[in-house]
Amino acid sequence: MAEIAITVDNLVLRYRRLNNYSIKRQLLSFRQNRKDGKGKTGTFEALKGVSFELEKGEILGIIGKNGSGKSTMLRALAGIFSPDEGSIDLHGHGVSLLAIGVGFKGDLTGRENIFLSGMLLGFTKEYIEEKLDEIIEFAELGDFIEYPVRTYSSGMHSKLAFSITAILEADIMLIDEVLSVGDERFRKKSYEKMKSLISNKDRTVVIVSHSIPTLQELCTKVMWLHEGEVKEIGDPKEVLEHYREFMK
Amino acid sequence: MRFFRDLKEYTGYARYAAKSALNAEVAGSYLNWLWWIFDPICMMLVYTFIFSYVFKASEPYFPIFVFVGLTMWRFFQMTLSKSTKLIKNNKAIVSKVYLPKFILLETEMLVSFIKMLFAWAIIVGMMFLWRVPVTPIVLLIIPLFIVEAIFTFGVCCLVMHFGVFVEDLDNVIRIAIQFIFYATGIFFSIETRIDNPVVQSFLLHYNPMAYIIASVRRCLLYQTLPEFDWLIIWTIISIALSAIAVRLVYKYENSYVKAI
Repeated sequence: MAEIAITVDNLVLRYRRLNNYSIKRQLLSFRQNRKDGKGKTGTFEALKGVSFELEKGEILGIIGKNGSGKSTMLRALAGIFSPDEGSIDLHGHGVSLLAIGVGFKGDLTGRENIFLSGMLLGFTKEYIEEKLDEIIEFAELGDFIEYPVRTYSSGMHSKLAFSITAILEADIMLIDEVLSVGDERFRKKSYEKMKSLISNKDRTVVIVSHSIPTLQELCTKVMWLHEGEVKEIGDPKEVLEHYREFMK
Repeated sequence: MRFFRDLKEYTGYARYAAKSALNAEVAGSYLNWLWWIFDPICMMLVYTFIFSYVFKASEPYFPIFVFVGLTMWRFFQMTLSKSTKLIKNNKAIVSKVYLPKFILLETEMLVSFIKMLFAWAIIVGMMFLWRVPVTPIVLLIIPLFIVEAIFTFGVCCLVMHFGVFVEDLDNVIRIAIQFIFYATGIFFSIETRIDNPVVQSFLLHYNPMAYIIASVRRCLLYQTLPEFDWLIIWTIISIALSAIAVRLVYKYENSYVKAI
């Protein structure tokens, strides 16, 4: 019996549709007899009771149409959202969300952003220092690494983001649509890198993607989310086949 | 407690972020870090000119008097004015990775602090130039500044929290800053200028910034001890305020991403 890496139990996440409060509007609304007072407390459930378990070393693909809760799921796993109901247990593993852009500060140089992102992902400065050259080399930024990130093209931006999370290796990797990063050549390279990262038996991976072939090739398990609920979870071939049927 | 654990864990990040932010500011401008010195000096010259020539106000060591007030004030003001939009301005980070949100504030405070150190270097220079006598009482400015820092942290944490939900908090804070600025006695001495003892005591003691600035001037320029009872009161209030604010931020920080 393999070690369990992720346990998600009956996860519910709600977005509160709160109109942002404004003092000006509040003052005016007294005169308008609070015309716009209605509809302020609408909530929207992005995830409606999702449960699954993932063993260490498994690769879970999440598929579903736009707005089905895929990205919310990833963010919840990364700890950005706390569950409104239910629970997420990562059994003490470190987690990193490989989204497009870990969150760069535009005014800072690429190098500084590598450190900041790395530190936010929970790595020590020394460790990042060690990996720095590898990251810069992989990202193919050359001299641009000394320039502010706001001067980067969007391709360079995502290349850097990918390289940081790909080279600083966490126990659990969450990947959001990243397989379409950069130009053709970098895409191939990142795909290879991803495969080698994934093939590490100790690493648990969750991938969100729209690409059926990618998921088919990489994943050991696929979850199909539909409007916040798990429609199907299990063998990639089967699930993806059903999904393909459904999307026709 | 979670706060101290997080503080310890993320302070390395805050320090590096502050350092990089200062670097970035410097990299873009011509006279780079000299601006951190020119800026407060020019402000000091303007205020000194207006108040000593136009309004005939004067205190012993008036330029230093103004400069000390400005320096202490700017730390508070710079941090406060940044904190309303702090979460929104860091959306890229907040929506991609978890970090305790007060770390963003800690970063801003470090930035303001380092800029303040430059101003302090000038103050030391000016004190030499004006031959201000120095006694060990000077060291009391350290606890006074610590209280200011805790107070600033508490207030800014609250403002940061409400800034997420209240769109125009920024405007309110700007007005409030203006108002408090004039009430704090940056370029006049509340102790000598306000004759009504009730008003004087109110302005001096119920506004922590006024109290702290007046006390720092006492220690630095006039070799007089601050009123310790008020120091203790404001220390307790500041810590309580910070504790409440941190608790509030912890409770709601997960919904920030949804609101911005």
